[in-house]
Amino acid sequence: MIEHLAILQVVLPLMAAPICLVIRRTQLVWLFTLLVSGLAFLISALLLQQVMTSGTISYEIGGWQPPWGIEYRIDQLNALLLLIITSISTLVLVAAQTSISHEIPAAKQNYFYILYLLSLTGMLGIVATADVFNVFVFLEISSLSAYALIAMGKNKRALWAAFQYLIMGTIGATFILIGIGMVYQMTGTLNMYDLSQRLPEVAQTRTVLTAFVFIVVGLCLKLALFPLHLWLPNAYTYAPSIVTAFFAATATKVAIYLLIRFVFSVFGFSFSFSAIPLQPLLMALGISGIFIASTLAIYQTNIKRLFAYSSIAQIGYMMVGFSLGSVAGLTASLLHLFNHALMKSAIFLALAAVVYRLGHVRVSDFQGLGRQMPITMAALVIGSLSLIGVPLTVGFISKWYLLSALLEKGWWMIAVLVLLGSLLALVYAWKVVEAAYFKKPIPNKRVVTEAPLSIQAPLWILIFANIYFGIDARLSVQVAQSAAQSLFGVSL
Amino acid sequence: MNISLELMLQLTIILPAIGALLIVLTNSKPNLRDAVTLTTAAILLFVVVNLYSGLASDQQITAFWWELLPGLTISFSVEPLGMLFALVASFLWLVTTCYAIGYMRAHKERNQTRFYCCFAIAISSVMGIAFSDNLFSLFIFYEVLTLSTYPLVTHSGTREAKRSGRVYLGILLGTSVLFLLLAISGTWHVAQSVEFKVGGVFSKDIDKTLASILLLLFVFGIGKAAMMPFHRWLPAAMVAPTPVSALLHAVAVVKAGVFTIIKVCVFIFGLDLLPQLPSSQFLLYLAAASVLIASLVAMRQDNLKLRLAYSTVSQLGYITIGALLATPAGVIGSTMHIATHAFGKITLFFCAGAILVSLHKSNISEMRGIGRQMPLTMIAFFIGSLSIIGLPPTAGTWSKWFLLMGSIDTEQYIIMLALMISSLLNIAYLIPIPFYAFFPNSSSKSSPVAERALTNVQIKEAPLASLIAIIMTTLGCLFLFIYPQPLYELAAAIIETRE
Repeated sequence: MIEHLAILQVVLPLMAAPICLVIRRTQLVWLFTLLVSGLAFLISALLLQQVMTSGTISYEIGGWQPPWGIEYRIDQLNALLLLIITSISTLVLVAAQTSISHEIPAAKQNYFYILYLLSLTGMLGIVATADVFNVFVFLEISSLSAYALIAMGKNKRALWAAFQYLIMGTIGATFILIGIGMVYQMTGTLNMYDLSQRLPEVAQTRTVLTAFVFIVVGLCLKLALFPLHLWLPNAYTYAPSIVTAFFAATATKVAIYLLIRFVFSVFGFSFSFSAIPLQPLLMALGISGIFIASTLAIYQTNIKRLFAYSSIAQIGYMMVGFSLGSVAGLTASLLHLFNHALMKSAIFLALAAVVYRLGHVRVSDFQGLGRQMPITMAALVIGSLSLIGVPLTVGFISKWYLLSALLEKGWWMIAVLVLLGSLLALVYAWKVVEAAYFKKPIPNKRVVTEAPLSIQAPLWILIFANIYFGIDARLSVQVAQSAAQSLFGVSL
Repeated sequence: MNISLELMLQLTIILPAIGALLIVLTNSKPNLRDAVTLTTAAILLFVVVNLYSGLASDQQITAFWWELLPGLTISFSVEPLGMLFALVASFLWLVTTCYAIGYMRAHKERNQTRFYCCFAIAISSVMGIAFSDNLFSLFIFYEVLTLSTYPLVTHSGTREAKRSGRVYLGILLGTSVLFLLLAISGTWHVAQSVEFKVGGVFSKDIDKTLASILLLLFVFGIGKAAMMPFHRWLPAAMVAPTPVSALLHAVAVVKAGVFTIIKVCVFIFGLDLLPQLPSSQFLLYLAAASVLIASLVAMRQDNLKLRLAYSTVSQLGYITIGALLATPAGVIGSTMHIATHAFGKITLFFCAGAILVSLHKSNISEMRGIGRQMPLTMIAFFIGSLSIIGLPPTAGTWSKWFLLMGSIDTEQYIIMLALMISSLLNIAYLIPIPFYAFFPNSSSKSSPVAERALTNVQIKEAPLASLIAIIMTTLGCLFLFIYPQPLYELAAAIIETRE
C-alpha cells in the first residue's frame, strides 16, 4: 500500500468524482468529498514525511519503466505542493456545504462537488507527475473543471468571467502544448528526467529555445503574472466564495510550481537563465506587478476583487524571489508560496462568511460589521496583518527571507521597492478594516449575526496556522530550503 | 517569595499579557476589571523593582524563548538602559492606571474594556522592547506596540480619529517596515549578528558609507522617536483619550523610540564607530533642527495637548542628539532625559486631562484664571513645566546639564546653542499657561472669559483618583532632583560596561 501512495493521491479524487453521481444526496456527497479530500491530505502528509526522511520517491505506473512508461516522482518540492493543495482543499470543503447553500441552487450542488474533485485531481496530477504530456492532460482536467466552477457563481457576470478565463487559459495551455510538442520532437522523450539529460545536447537549436519561450509564456498566463493577469480579478470576484478561497490558495501556485519545475528541472538552471534574459524580465514584471496590482487593489470597491488584485501583487513577490536565481531567492519564493496560500485562503474564507450573511462584499456593506460579526472580522484583520507582513505572522517570514535573498545579491534598491510594495498592502488592507470598524451599523436595516461554526472553524484553523507558522517557521523553512537546494544541487 | 531572576524577567512581559486576558474576561464587571488592571500594574512594578535589585548583584540575567528563524531569536537580557526604561514605564503605568480610572469614568467613555486591554498589551510590548537582547526581538515588540496602540488612538471612533489613526499607523508602520526592517536585515547581512553587544557589532574596517546608510535607515526607521520629518504621527495621536496621550505618547511609545535609538547607537554601532560616520553629523544637525522647529511650532498651538505634543517632539530631539553625540556625558544625559522627561511630560498631560474633565476646556486661550478653580492641578503643571525646561528644583535639570556637557565635550557648539535656545523657547510656551491661570489680569487686555472665571470662584479639581496620580508624578519630578543617584548610576553603568 505504502509504495502506491504517489498514484493513490491522484486516483482517489478521480475515482471519487463519478461516485458522487451515484450517491445523489447532497449532504452525503459533501461528506464523501470531504472524506476523500481528507484522505488525500493524509496521503500527502505521509508522502512529505517519507520524502524528508528517505529522499525522492519514484513510482512507475503499471510497472512500465520510465522513460517509456509514465513516472510519478515525488521530491521535496512537489511533496510540499501536494500538502498545501490537499490541506487547503480539505479545510475549505468543511465550510463548503454552508457557504454554497446560499450561492448555488440545490440542483447544481452535486455537480459542484464533482467538479471540485476533478479540479483537485487535476492539480494533484500536475504536481505529482514526472511526464510532461501528463502535465498537459491534468492541466486541462483542472482548468476545464475550474471554468465550470467559476461559471456557477450567483452573479450573471460569472459566466463572462468564466468565458474570459476559458479563452486565456486555453491560450496558455495551447502554448504549453506547443512547447511540449517541440521538445518531444527534438528529444523523443516526455519524461522530465530523461528530458533534462537529453536537452543539453540540442540546447543550441532554435526549436528548443522556441519551445522554452512557449512554455514560459504559457505558464505565466496560467499563473497570472502581470500583465497576463487579466482573467484573474473577474474569475476570483464572481466565482462562488468557496471556489475563490480554494483557487486563490492553490490554482496559481500549481502554475508557479510548473514554472519552477520546467526552468530548474527540465531545461536546467543555466540554460533557462542564459537562453533568454529571464532574470531582468521576471524581475521587472514582478516589481511592476507588485506596484500596479497593489495600486489597483486600493481603488476597488468590491472586496473580493480587492484581494484578487492583491493576489496578483503577491505573485509578483514570488516572481522576484524566483528571478534572483539563487538558493535563497528560490527558498523565499517557495516559502511565500506556502505562506500566501495560508493567508489568502483565510481571507477569502472570511469573505465567504460575509457573503453567507450579506450576499455581497462591497466596501459599503462592511459598515458596522466589526460589531455585528466580531469574530469573522477579527480573523479578517489577522489575515490582513499577515498579508502586510507584520511580525509573528507568516507574511513576515516570507518578507524577511525575500529581503535577505535580495541583500545577499546586493540589490538594495529592489529591496526598497519590495518593502514599498508591502506598504501599499497596508493601505488596501486597512481600507477594509476601517470600513468594518469605523462606521456604525446601518440602523434597522438588517440584522446580521456571526457566521455559523462550519465556516468559523476552518477559518480559525487557517488563522491559527498563519500565526503558528509565523512564530515557529522551522518546518516550512526547512522544507522550502531543502527543496530549493535540491533544485539547484542535483537536477531531478 | 523565591522566584529566580530569569523567571522574573519573563514575567515582566507575560504579566501584562495575562492582565489583558483577565481584563477581557471581567468585561461585565467594571469594578473588578479596574481592580485587575491596578493589581497587574502593581505586581509588575514589584517584579521590575525586584529585578532592579537583582541587577545590583552583578549576575547576568537572560532568558531565551525561541528561535524564530535560524540565528534570529526572541531572547531577553537585563542591562542598565533597559532596566531604567522598564522602571519608568512600569511605575508610570501604575500611576496612569490610577489616573485613567478616574478620567474614563468621569468622562463616561465607551469601550473601556478594550481600552484597558490594549493598554496592558502595549505595556507588555514595552517590557519586551526594554529587555530585548537583540534587534530582531526588539523589532517584533516594536511592531506589536504600534498595532496595540492603534485602537487606543482611534478610541473615540470618530471621523477625525480615523484620519489620525491613518497617519499614526501609516508613519509608524511605514517607517519601520521601509527603513528599520531594511536596516536590521542589512545589519544581519553585514555583521552576521543583530545582538546588542557592548562596543557594537560591526568590525572596525567596515565600509563607512555602508555604515552611514545603515545609521540613516535606523534613525529614520525608528519613527517612534518622532524625529522630523517623521513626527506627524505624534500630534495626530493626540485625538486619543488623555491617559493614552499621557502614558503612551509621553512615555511608552515615544520613549520606546528614543530608547531604540540609544540602543542602536551604543550597542550596534558603538561609541567608537559612531562619530566617524559622516551621516552622524548630518543627523545631529537634523535633530537640532527638529528640536528648534518643534519648539517654534509648539508656541503657535492653542490646543494644550497639541502644544504638549510638539514639545515632546522637541524633547525627543534632545535624546536623539545625546545618543548621536556618542560621548559618555551625552549618553548619560539622554538616558536620564528618558526618565526625567517622562515624569515632567506625564504630569503636564495629566493636568491637561484634568482640566478637560473638570472644566471641559482644551484650548489654552480659555484657561485664564483657572488657577483659582484648580489650584493643585495648576501648581503641578508649573512644576512639570520647570522640569521640562530644565530648571531647579526639578529633575529635568540633571539631564539637560549632561546633554550640554556632552555637546561641549565634542565641541559641537551649534548643537549646544540649539539646545539652549530651545530651553528658552520652552519657557516661552509653557510658563504662560500656569502664569495666566493664576494671574488672569496681568496682561492689559482682560477677556470676558477671565472675568467670569474671577467671579465664579469655586474649587473644582479632577476626580480624586486622577488627582492622586498628578500629585505622585509631580512629587516624582521633585524627588528625582534631590535624589538622582539611582538614575545616574544606571545611566553611568551603560558607559561602564563599554570597557
